[in-house]
Amino acid sequence: MLSVHLILFLAFGVVCVAGAINLLVQTHPINSALSLIVVMAALAGEYLLLGAEFVAAVQVIVYAGAIMVLFVFTIMLLNAGVEERTKGSRVAVLFGIPGMLLGSVLVAWVFLRHSGTEAVAVGALPGAPKTIGPLLFHEFLLPFEITSILILIAIMGAVVLASKPPTAPPRKVD
Amino acid sequence: MVPLSYYLVLSGILFACGVTGFLIKRNIITIFMSIELMLNGVNLSFVAFAAHWQVLAGQVFVFFVMVVAAAEATVGLAIIIAVYRTRETLNVDQVNLLKL
Repeated sequence: MLSVHLILFLAFGVVCVAGAINLLVQTHPINSALSLIVVMAALAGEYLLLGAEFVAAVQVIVYAGAIMVLFVFTIMLLNAGVEERTKGSRVAVLFGIPGMLLGSVLVAWVFLRHSGTEAVAVGALPGAPKTIGPLLFHEFLLPFEITSILILIAIMGAVVLASKPPTAPPRKVD
Repeated sequence: MVPLSYYLVLSGILFACGVTGFLIKRNIITIFMSIELMLNGVNLSFVAFAAHWQVLAGQVFVFFVMVVAAAEATVGLAIIIAVYRTRETLNVDQVNLLKL
């Protein structure tokens, strides 16, 4: 019997996988970026099904919002065109594709066989900001502060890396 | 009720798509997006396991993964801009200074 939870899971999951495959198929980076936004929005739906409201909100705001805007901005800044196809190595085609198929089938089989004993209910673990907040600011205070330093370093690194290389000072002529 | 394994399989599919994109794509920005896709797949398994074992710390870890991904995207895109400025290309096959 199909429960509403399963139907919603399948709907979001199909959108997710379709977006991920579209990311691979498209040759223009802007199309790939837009399909990645679709994947992230559908994943936010999956998080909501699991009850992780805060994570879903952060997923939409930070991932689908901030990070993807950064990507699209860079694509437009660099005026990225259609990807040029180059011939990959033959060994990768010969062994890579069958190996990947075999590996994914194996992993899926293991997951379905050995971890499917219990089901996850809708909203099994309510992760509202009210419950996440104390955890974030008490138990995980040190990692939280360290990530703020990390962000600061990343900002400075980005500014240094993306700024124009300093022009050599004019040589003095005597 | 959805079994935990369904979430794990979906997460595995997303991760596999990310790995495939990382390997077959030739545009450096698309390769970077594939990395983000892999991170998203891992995040989904984090949240699914958190709901399965009723441990809220899993969701907090997803938050940290997102923060680190944001920092990584910032620095990575800055590096891409720097690469484009010096090499005038986004094709990774033509960025081969370190190749023997």
